[in-house]
Amino acid sequence: MDIDLVFKIAGLGIFISVFNMVLKQANKEEQAQMLTLVGVIIVLMVIIQLINQLFTSIRTIFGF
Amino acid sequence: MEALEIIQIVGLGLIGTIFTMIIKNYKPELALQLSLVISLIIFILMIGRIVVVIDVMRELASRANIDLIYINTILKVIGIAYIGEFGAQICRDAGEGIIASKIEFASKVLIMILGIPIMLAILDSIMQLLP
Repeated sequence: MDIDLVFKIAGLGIFISVFNMVLKQANKEEQAQMLTLVGVIIVLMVIIQLINQLFTSIRTIFGF
Repeated sequence: MEALEIIQIVGLGLIGTIFTMIIKNYKPELALQLSLVISLIIFILMIGRIVVVIDVMRELASRANIDLIYINTILKVIGIAYIGEFGAQICRDAGEGIIASKIEFASKVLIMILGIPIMLAILDSIMQLLP
């Protein structure tokens, strides 16, 4: 689960930056901004799951 | 066997750093999120080892019949310190030194609060020693 998560997010980031450049060429600035927002939100959802896992494990280990 | 773990982790860290550098000059916010994900993954990989260490510590403490309250407080302090440090490092890495120092300040205050009962216990035992 872990290692390919890094590749997934890295690939998403590269794809978004390339696609943004294409959108900029087609002078669709606002679509490019929206795409960046979508990318950030997708990665944020992954991060939230990982942070949730981190906090529950810390809570169980350190007896919060 | 443990040596293989560190190789896996260093490999993951290096690959992640390279990807972060690639993304950084296009999308700095995604690069920050990628480094956050990598540090979370490395910690999750290490959870099993931490649990073993803490169980041994608890075992030794119960064998030396030290009061469990102290051990639990120490573990809580370690947990708070770790999470506070984790958040502060991420914020500092993103360039937000101010937020990072506020997080560290908050974790220090919380640790102080946890330490107060132990200080009181020490003071009481000292008072009993005095004639």
